[in-house]
Amino acid sequence: MFDKERLDQIQQSKKDWEDKVLNKTLEKFPERQDEFQTGSGDKIERLYTPEDIQGINYDEEIGYPGQYPYTRGAQPTMYRGRLWTMRMYAGFATAEESNKRYKYLIEQGSKGLSVAFDLPTQIGYDSDHSLSAGEVGKVGVAIDSLADMEILFDGIPLDKVSTSMTINAPASVLLAMYIAVAEKQGVSADKLRGTIQNDILKEYIARGTYIFPTEPSMRLITDIFEYCSESVPKWNTISISGYHIREAGSTAAQEVGFTLADGIAYVDAAIEAGLDVDAFAPRLSFFFNAHNDLLEEVAKFRAARRLWAKIMKERFEAKSEKSMRLKFHTQTGGSTLTAQQPDNNIVRVAIQTLAAVLGGTQSLHTNSKDEALALPTEDSVRIALRTQQIVAHESGVTNTVDPLAGSYYIEAKTKAIEEEAMKYIEKIDELGGAPKAIDLGYIQQEIMDSAYDYQREVESEKRIVVGVNKYKSEEEPPTGLLKVDPAVEELQKKKLQELKSKRDNEEVNNRLEALRKACNSKENVMPYIIEAVKAYGTLGEICGVMREVFGEYQQSVRI
Amino acid sequence: MDRPIRVIVAKPGLDGHDRGAKVIARALRDAGMEVIYTGLRQTPEQIVAAAIQEDADVIAMSILSGAHNHLFPKVVNLMKDQGADDVLILGGGVIPEDDIPGLKEAGVEEIFTPGSATQTIVDFIKNNLKRD
Repeated sequence: MFDKERLDQIQQSKKDWEDKVLNKTLEKFPERQDEFQTGSGDKIERLYTPEDIQGINYDEEIGYPGQYPYTRGAQPTMYRGRLWTMRMYAGFATAEESNKRYKYLIEQGSKGLSVAFDLPTQIGYDSDHSLSAGEVGKVGVAIDSLADMEILFDGIPLDKVSTSMTINAPASVLLAMYIAVAEKQGVSADKLRGTIQNDILKEYIARGTYIFPTEPSMRLITDIFEYCSESVPKWNTISISGYHIREAGSTAAQEVGFTLADGIAYVDAAIEAGLDVDAFAPRLSFFFNAHNDLLEEVAKFRAARRLWAKIMKERFEAKSEKSMRLKFHTQTGGSTLTAQQPDNNIVRVAIQTLAAVLGGTQSLHTNSKDEALALPTEDSVRIALRTQQIVAHESGVTNTVDPLAGSYYIEAKTKAIEEEAMKYIEKIDELGGAPKAIDLGYIQQEIMDSAYDYQREVESEKRIVVGVNKYKSEEEPPTGLLKVDPAVEELQKKKLQELKSKRDNEEVNNRLEALRKACNSKENVMPYIIEAVKAYGTLGEICGVMREVFGEYQQSVRI
Repeated sequence: MDRPIRVIVAKPGLDGHDRGAKVIARALRDAGMEVIYTGLRQTPEQIVAAAIQEDADVIAMSILSGAHNHLFPKVVNLMKDQGADDVLILGGGVIPEDDIPGLKEAGVEEIFTPGSATQTIVDFIKNNLKRD
């Protein structure tokens, strides 16, 4: 960005400064540490100057928001046009309880819903399955059939809200239920807006709610891409997630590298299935984490946008600009919350919110201060939402687009993360792509190594976590935590029993058999799942048929 | 004891959060113990079978999904049924303070919540083994 002559001058003036100013200070006041590092453990220099960004071409690498390579943002006006969607992930106990929480969040100014499902739902078991015991309604809402889904969205007009569903292995089934509920409300599928997470690769890597082996899982995903591109065109069919990879302990660059490598695998699979890249790529969305190292995180988001744009253009030869534009949801970092002095978490979340906003997120969930202890209470969720509203309306950072661009450090770091992420992608390409690299355990091992390094640094106090290894204080145990009533499990079981005695069981069986045939053929399974759901076939029954046809994934266990 | 301490690190239930379990497994291994990590989605029966088969001295379980009150005591009771009540049973994860007394009553020796240092856990195991 600077000509040679100017750079030489700067090099000289920097040297002068080091000799005349810096070294004298260092003699008298040595720095606190020999070396400084980012939140991800990368070395960080004392000072960044034009020298550090000399290789960056402004027009090609940085450019303008809403234009390739999107480094400065997905839209031209960013938050001057519209603020990000404040989307709070919520759901617990029964559909009735969760429905109340959603209505509360909408009243408080939340603009989109984000549904958390309990683990049995996420793994395709009904509430009465033996493996569901103790888990029903715990980390999210229990959904066994369309009947529960009707209650979940009761009184919420599905043509007015956008709904994100954190559902992966059985994403097709929950999407089918959503389409069926909308139909009952008189809302056609082409009006539905929202997202299903539908990212199975990161389940194998980091999150753990897989069901089927890789190959049929990838087929289910491409079936959804194809079905939605025709029938639910405004739906984001996948949210390719780095969030959980980061929570599992990865660095910022690994988060970008592994997530985009997963993205490449989905694009490959869809092209292989005969889809045109520009027909489905605009509906791909991403989901990233926001940790505490504010500047590193901002650089990470910018690097992810630039790298994905280049991949779509150069590797996949997408023609549509929309295929190259990376849009993402952010959640603040759950693993950065401490059980000790939980009020401190409010401050951490505020810093992370700033990182997401300065990084140009499209939507954001902020964690609540009590989440290292239990599910959040209504009060703590409100503080988390207010944190976003304060950043949006009071901090001033929304008034100009990509305000940190041009910072020598931010641009150098953006470049460095992009390059490091690209190295991971190249390594994964060498191994045969993300699914193969996962089967080999490569990605899991890399993340585990980073997680272990982090833990060692905390324990050796190389890394300070306030309230955990420094500034500790005696505390009273926190009170007023949210508890899910264990009676929820019995209630769900009773509802299931009633459903099975009321519905037309022959019709259910017919539709499940039709689904089985479709699974065994090359036909798109989505229409069959929708039919089974409408007859009130349960999630467990539908996933049960698919388990029989597809088999189950076997995890490779290494430490 | 003339052989290394043998530990089963287990993830009971459907919870997929295994960062803590894996970090602790590696820390125990680095502290000279023999560690068998079971992987995700283990039933109490599978965990007990693994512990018996491996002649484990310790079972260390991690749950972040809230199912601990159901699953931890089940493992303790199944171990008792097997006559293996000389195995040290530990729990960890997102466990509300209020639940800890009940779990200890049920026979879980200690509960380690987020922020616990791995060294604390290593020391606890060394000082509280039930076998000689």
